[in-house]
Amino acid sequence: MLKKFWFLSIIIVIAIILPLIVQSSYYRHIFILILIWGALGVAWNLLGGYTGQVSFGHAAFFGVGAYGAGLLAFHLHISPWWGMIVGPVAAVIVSIPIGLICFRLRGPYFALAMLAVGEICRLVFTQWVSLTNGAMGILTLTTFSSKLPYYYIGLAILSFSVYTVYRLMNSRAGYYFVSIREDQDAAESLGIPTTKYKMYSLIPSAFFSGLAGAFYMNYMNYIEPSVVFSLPDVSIMIILVVILGGVATLWGPVVGAIIFVVLSELLRSSLGPAHLLVFGVIVCLVIMYMPNGIMGEVDRIKKLLQRKGARIGSEIT
Amino acid sequence: MSLFWQTLICGLLLGGVYALIAIGMTLIMGVMKIINLAHGALVMIGMYITYVCFHYWGIDPYIAIFISMPALFFLGCLIQKYSINVLIGKESILPENQVLLTVGIMLVLTETMRLIFGSDYKSVHTSYTGTSFFIGDVSVSIPMAISFVIAMVFTYALHIFLTKTDIGRSIRATAQDKEAAILMGVNTNKITIVTFGLGSALAAAGGTLLVPIYYLFPDIGHAFVAKSFIITILGGMGSTMGALFGGLTLGIAESFGATYISMELKDVVGFVIFIIVLLFLPGGFKSLTKR
Repeated sequence: MLKKFWFLSIIIVIAIILPLIVQSSYYRHIFILILIWGALGVAWNLLGGYTGQVSFGHAAFFGVGAYGAGLLAFHLHISPWWGMIVGPVAAVIVSIPIGLICFRLRGPYFALAMLAVGEICRLVFTQWVSLTNGAMGILTLTTFSSKLPYYYIGLAILSFSVYTVYRLMNSRAGYYFVSIREDQDAAESLGIPTTKYKMYSLIPSAFFSGLAGAFYMNYMNYIEPSVVFSLPDVSIMIILVVILGGVATLWGPVVGAIIFVVLSELLRSSLGPAHLLVFGVIVCLVIMYMPNGIMGEVDRIKKLLQRKGARIGSEIT
Repeated sequence: MSLFWQTLICGLLLGGVYALIAIGMTLIMGVMKIINLAHGALVMIGMYITYVCFHYWGIDPYIAIFISMPALFFLGCLIQKYSINVLIGKESILPENQVLLTVGIMLVLTETMRLIFGSDYKSVHTSYTGTSFFIGDVSVSIPMAISFVIAMVFTYALHIFLTKTDIGRSIRATAQDKEAAILMGVNTNKITIVTFGLGSALAAAGGTLLVPIYYLFPDIGHAFVAKSFIITILGGMGSTMGALFGGLTLGIAESFGATYISMELKDVVGFVIFIIVLLFLPGGFKSLTKR
């Protein structure tokens, strides 16, 4: 426990001082992307990993959060930072009817219904030009010229979401979530109101996706439906990020986000358009040989390394 | 009234090709109990093979079907044998691991094609593109009609294959009850490989048939994967006939949506039907005939 505490403290200290050491605004941009993807991954992981309700439509909540912030600025001409409150609340409001409808379905059917929801959102936001300005998107003005404030806001969002998930998973509700994932019928027979607890899992998940979306809007200053509601670039990427890092682990999504963002930036400069291809191959290999992701197999990796280390040690002596 | 018939015919012709693609998906879904999200990418690869055949060697798209289908059959077998079958029996937290793997495969296939051909739209212009004939005052596009007829022939051939041949019967047995099929001496491992190959070949056939009437780009697969699972759910999982009627229904619904609601919202029509069917008729059309 003490070891864990020190480990966590070191990570937090590193996270706080890292952008102060690294002055380049390009690297700071990468850090901020990691924070956004991390928060999105943590949000998806609560519903998809812990509760086992794999959703292919989380872009719906991300996009609604982003548009919640963007539309405020577009129609009411107030600061889009108010969207940091309105965006996630809007995502939660949208998530309630979606949950009530889609939770009647199970497993792959739920996944596909969510995919349909995400696509419906994208098409509606593209076509409803009078409200959303359609495919032209929404453009706002930059608030800060330095990336530093964005970094700390992003870090706060990620910490808030990780902490919330941690507290939830160590409460009674958390055990209910896992029991729903492991065997829904058994959970129901033990008296757990499964649909209700699925909603309890969806609402924070939608909230943090919306928060990440609202922050994305404030950071990027430009959104359009095909970007924030994208099926391959948001909905599916979130899943792959979480799978890579480790499903149903607290830090897995963050690790996945770090690998995904760093890898795509590294490869983007060296390989050009092939970076997604390499990422896809890595995801396939991880699913095939480490089905629980990097954090999920951390014990196995440790053991493997130790054994290898021991062998090398014995060879030397 | 002629607008009505025009809409109906257009929808029907396009629906036939959708059905062919969806039958491939429903076949895979029935045998392996997984949703193959790479299916759209396989359609896309079939389209690119046809494009290459036409553009570089001058092979007519309808003849290129004999190249694209075997090629995709082979590719499908490889995918099943060396990636999806590896996962069978592996412990993991999420039961949908195989589905997620197909997402990874989709990403790999799409990006490979993007790397080779770039992201821009391509199309094939044959001598009969844009030609049409008239039934009364309804105009029927000739390439669409040819594609429809070929799609129906393939559907019928597949039906014969599944009901009359040994391999076809083994595929159906595996879909019904895997354990029982193993006990009856069916090599289910081989059957899953053949099924995935067959499903991929049908996807390729659908893609090839769409080339003369459609355009192609690497991300086109997303549209088809969405359409084919809408059809699969509409028709009932694992049902060939259901997929046929589901395909025709979706084609007609989209066509009417485009004519009478709005061109841009025609894809929403499909998704709304999808959610309604999931909620109120979870077994699809298949469950209607059983009652």
